Amino acid sequence: MIEFTMPSLGADMEQGKLIEWKVKPGDAVRRGQVVAVIETPKAAVEVESWHDGTVHELLAQPGETLPVGAVLARWLAPGETPPAAAGAPGAPARARVSPAARRRAAELGVDAEALAGTGPEGAVTVADVERAAAEKAAAVAPRAPADAAARAAEMRRAIAAAMSRSKREIPHYYLSEPVPLARAQAWLEAENARRPLSERILMAALFIKATALAAREYPEMNGHFVEGVFRPAESAHVGVAISLRQGGLVAPAIHDVQAKPLPEVMRALADLVRRARAGTLRASEMSDPTITVTNLGEGGVETVFGVIYPPQVALVGFGAVRDGRVVASLSGDHRVSDGHRGALFLGTIARLLQEPEKL
Amino acid sequence: MTRDQLRTIVLEELRRIAPETEPGALRADRPLREQVDLDSMDWLNFLVALHERLGVEIPEADYAKLGTLEQILDYLVGKLGEA
Repeated sequence: MIEFTMPSLGADMEQGKLIEWKVKPGDAVRRGQVVAVIETPKAAVEVESWHDGTVHELLAQPGETLPVGAVLARWLAPGETPPAAAGAPGAPARARVSPAARRRAAELGVDAEALAGTGPEGAVTVADVERAAAEKAAAVAPRAPADAAARAAEMRRAIAAAMSRSKREIPHYYLSEPVPLARAQAWLEAENARRPLSERILMAALFIKATALAAREYPEMNGHFVEGVFRPAESAHVGVAISLRQGGLVAPAIHDVQAKPLPEVMRALADLVRRARAGTLRASEMSDPTITVTNLGEGGVETVFGVIYPPQVALVGFGAVRDGRVVASLSGDHRVSDGHRGALFLGTIARLLQEPEKL
Repeated sequence: MTRDQLRTIVLEELRRIAPETEPGALRADRPLREQVDLDSMDWLNFLVALHERLGVEIPEADYAKLGTLEQILDYLVGKLGEA
């Protein structure tokens, strides 16, 4: 039996609220498939299964708030037969739904099979269906302004917790380097002139790709510091700091950036920004960035002195592109790397940006 | 298409990207992008939306012409006139 638990979607998350199940008992589940939507202080997040299997039982109900690590559901591993304790031996794991509940479920657009019943022998009753419909409606209803304010306050608290932990635990060092950008700008201009509007590339995509490639050469910048040990990551999942219009920010990851051609990095970035703002990020994007890039040049600042997002160990900042140059900066974790290596890492990003056609 | 119809479309697409925008509060003498705090991704999405609604091509080299709301309307009127 495989336990599907409340995931940790970042260092700042202690609990999450189950909004919706995307699967029901008896469904086959593949690794990577979105199975639930969980609300964190920062966003509603689509959560994927980490395993192949078959849904055996859903334990948590939509609307419930549960701590990280709580068991939300159980899958049967491939080839595993359901335990015989409940129901007739060998009977398929299928929810019992009363005929009246089934009719009511059809009227309300609720999937009765996916509910955990409170009736005799766990049967799904009309009351269960109506409660599920009400919870579903509450979950998708547009947020009232008061609710938005409460949410903003909650996000502020989540950011405060993560950043306080960072400043408490991580001995930061900071480096910055002016990077000539005229070549990259000229290359991008020519490239965009021949691309349709919807496929234009932003300079941010070059920054993200260059950071990922440099991180492959300096593994001590790319990974997680957990329980006193640094674990370098095998791939560069670059977290991108995205500010939200209603305030606050998220830093979900673009996966395997080093292996993606630039147009694909750009598409992934556009998709991530769109979903971050719509509140539909995925669990893996929230939980596994291995290094973060923040691009604060839009507001005109010259240099970024960033705060590392734990358990990561480095953050690369880019300021405004001005007079054919940009200041790239590094916030490094001194437990894992030293300024000398940090300087070489930044120098590598600078060098990579001189050959934009190779990114 | 009249200028007023065009203005409605531009503001509709702007509010899709920046829902907090109050068209009445936009100042005629300041660049739209700066007033509404559109970053380069928002700006690109805004132009893609205008392209899809109106069928106009907007080369990057023309971005400098797209300052205030009225300048954007002038530009679009010109583009639609060419078509």
